[in-house]
Amino acid sequence: MSRLTDANIKLAKEIIGRYPRARSAIIPLLHLAQEQHGHITNAAIAHIGELVGATSAEVLGTCTFYEMFKMEPVGKYLVNICGTMSCALLGSDELMHRAEHTLGIKAGSTTADGLFTLEHAECQAACTEAPCLQVNYRHRYRVTPDQLDALIVDLRAGNLDGEIPPHGTVARVRQHIPAGRAVGAVAPEDATDPPVWLSTGPSINAKTPK
Amino acid sequence: MSESLTGTIMPHAPGFIAGDRPRIVTSRFEYEDSYTLERYLATDGYSGLRACLTRAAADVHNEVKTATVLGRGGAGFPAGVKWGLTPQGKFPRYLVVNGDESEPGTYKDRLLMERDPHQLIEGCLIACYAAGLSQCFLYIRGEMALAQERVATALNDAYAAGYVGTNILGSNFSVDIVLHWGAGAYVVGEETALIESLEGNRGMPRLKPPFFPAAIGLYGQPTIVNNVETLANLPWLLVNGAAAYTAIGTESSPGTRMVAVSGHVRRPGVYEIVNGTTTFRDLVYGNEFCGGIRNGNELKAFVPGGGSAPWFLPDQLDLPFEGKLVGAAGSMLGSGAIMVMDDTTDIPAAALTLTRFYAHESCGKCTPCREGGTWLERILSRIVAGNGTDADLDQLLEVGESICPGSFPHAASERLGLTAVPFPYKMTTICFVGPSAFAPIHSALTLFRDEFIAKIVKRTLIPVTAAPIAAASAAGGGQ
Ligand SMILES: Cc1cc2nc3c(=O)[nH]c(=O)nc-3n(C[C@H](O)[C@H](O)[C@H](O)COP(=O)(O)O)c2cc1C
Ligand code: SF4
Ligand code: FES
Repeated sequence: MSRLTDANIKLAKEIIGRYPRARSAIIPLLHLAQEQHGHITNAAIAHIGELVGATSAEVLGTCTFYEMFKMEPVGKYLVNICGTMSCALLGSDELMHRAEHTLGIKAGSTTADGLFTLEHAECQAACTEAPCLQVNYRHRYRVTPDQLDALIVDLRAGNLDGEIPPHGTVARVRQHIPAGRAVGAVAPEDATDPPVWLSTGPSINAKTPK
Repeated sequence: MSESLTGTIMPHAPGFIAGDRPRIVTSRFEYEDSYTLERYLATDGYSGLRACLTRAAADVHNEVKTATVLGRGGAGFPAGVKWGLTPQGKFPRYLVVNGDESEPGTYKDRLLMERDPHQLIEGCLIACYAAGLSQCFLYIRGEMALAQERVATALNDAYAAGYVGTNILGSNFSVDIVLHWGAGAYVVGEETALIESLEGNRGMPRLKPPFFPAAIGLYGQPTIVNNVETLANLPWLLVNGAAAYTAIGTESSPGTRMVAVSGHVRRPGVYEIVNGTTTFRDLVYGNEFCGGIRNGNELKAFVPGGGSAPWFLPDQLDLPFEGKLVGAAGSMLGSGAIMVMDDTTDIPAAALTLTRFYAHESCGKCTPCREGGTWLERILSRIVAGNGTDADLDQLLEVGESICPGSFPHAASERLGLTAVPFPYKMTTICFVGPSAFAPIHSALTLFRDEFIAKIVKRTLIPVTAAPIAAASAAGGGQ
């Protein structure tokens, strides 16, 4: 059973409510499912379909397009080593070789203890800090092979648990729109007139106190 | 402030290097707490919004038009003009913020989101007010955990303090900003793919023209897609005015730009530079920028505008960071990303790291990109591995021709006696991913053909294997 939990259903409904069309919540809900279970299951796909009014095939179609969604279990730590140009120019190959050697696996696979999955990754928007990598989408900059070994020791020992949540959790902060301040989703059929501030001139008086 | 943050708060990502230059978007970057509402308010934060709300929307729109805020996402289209392209009388209109930064070499939007999220939020509000946009979706790349946390926290604080949501600052201006996040797909940065993704679909670009998002975008409604850095310029602009903005930079490229310089330089970093006047030589060799090539090596080539851009040689170092001049010289400024290669660089191998990227990121919608990208990657891989044949070089160009028919832009070279072929190129694909898989190969092969030949010659010199390869290619008649 890996449908969403009651708490996550509540959260899912809150997220769906922000969009003019429920289907827009598919990617956020897939993240929610992955956070709950570590990877995406068929039951979660079906459940998300029910929540947004799409078929399982449609949700699956979206899911498989995006690399972060894993249809099979991955390690607690997903180690992504960037191999695009800036990192390649400064030694990402060497880093990958060391990672494969230290973890005893090839890129694309998971250690037997289920702790680490190693992947080749593409540019992580940190090119000036090459070579770089991410553990569960948290960056490490200008990493030497020896620093990589030390990082693996730290992760194994749980020393970084406070900083790096297990795979599935990306952001640890969620947006919450307070009910009293929410405008609510504006759907195409809801508001066919110009927004009020467009037609009324200045919105506040220049002298309005702070 | 960040009480909702569980676990350790990560320090600022490194990379930004300040200098004695005008600062528009990075003015708060040195503060350790630059991402908090307190710091933002203590440093003039939300006063651009306040200034904006005391004026009519059309008036604010005009200010942005006058300033010529060029889009920082790649195409360089002026934001004020784009906002004016929505069809008259069609509502609601939406704002989609492009925070999907993933073009190879590019590192600036993530810094802007992590270090000054309120500046981005304020920019979104100003755009929504000026262009009459009823709801804003802020799309952050999936793999940016820290940026998502910082922007989520900032939005929560901004809502609580009355800067976002209903009746902003007591006015009749009301808009929600919805934080949305991706899940790993480069092509989603293309604006129509971004919209598809936001609608819950596979992130495949839509065919355009005829319809651009400003006319038919999210849910079929007029939609403005703007880059994070573009919007981050607006608060400063509204506080200081268009005249102050255009006083920095040049007439065609006013203001500043964030530029990431990476690769074989002494001091790689992200710099906010004066637009239009700073030259590539300044950036690579200037002491206030990268300070030259590492280990005193020679510069061999550089990519001036992100992985998609044709390469430049030392011949082009004195060009300023200005779109039209760089276009005429055979490349583009793109997303403000310079990747520098020194004389130790294996050029075919370097080109492969980019071609592999674009081949891998093809969404598969158009055949020349889906098939062609894979072919380019495979052929180049075997050349780099020392298994290439003479025919492979022509084959690379032939596959390229099927993606971009006709001449392809490249730089001038005194050494090779080449004159520049200017931008743009023709293409058979829907978006620029296909051509981008070819661009590095075309540059490398045009400017450094001898390095490819060297790899192939090495191969055919080994007598034992030379015969079977010749036989195989004769029998197969090419791929
Ligand atoms: C393949 C591809 C990827 C792109 N990726 C990004 C991106 O990551 N971020 C971005 O802002 N623009 C990206 N763009 C450009 C957008 O399509 C669009 O032009 C831009 O977001 C518009 O914002 P601007 O006018 O403020 O620059 C990409 C374009 C293409 C063709
Ligand atoms: S060029 Fe490539 S990525 Fe772009 S739409 Fe076509 S197949 Fe997709
Ligand atoms: S190339 Fe590795 S982060 Fe950009």
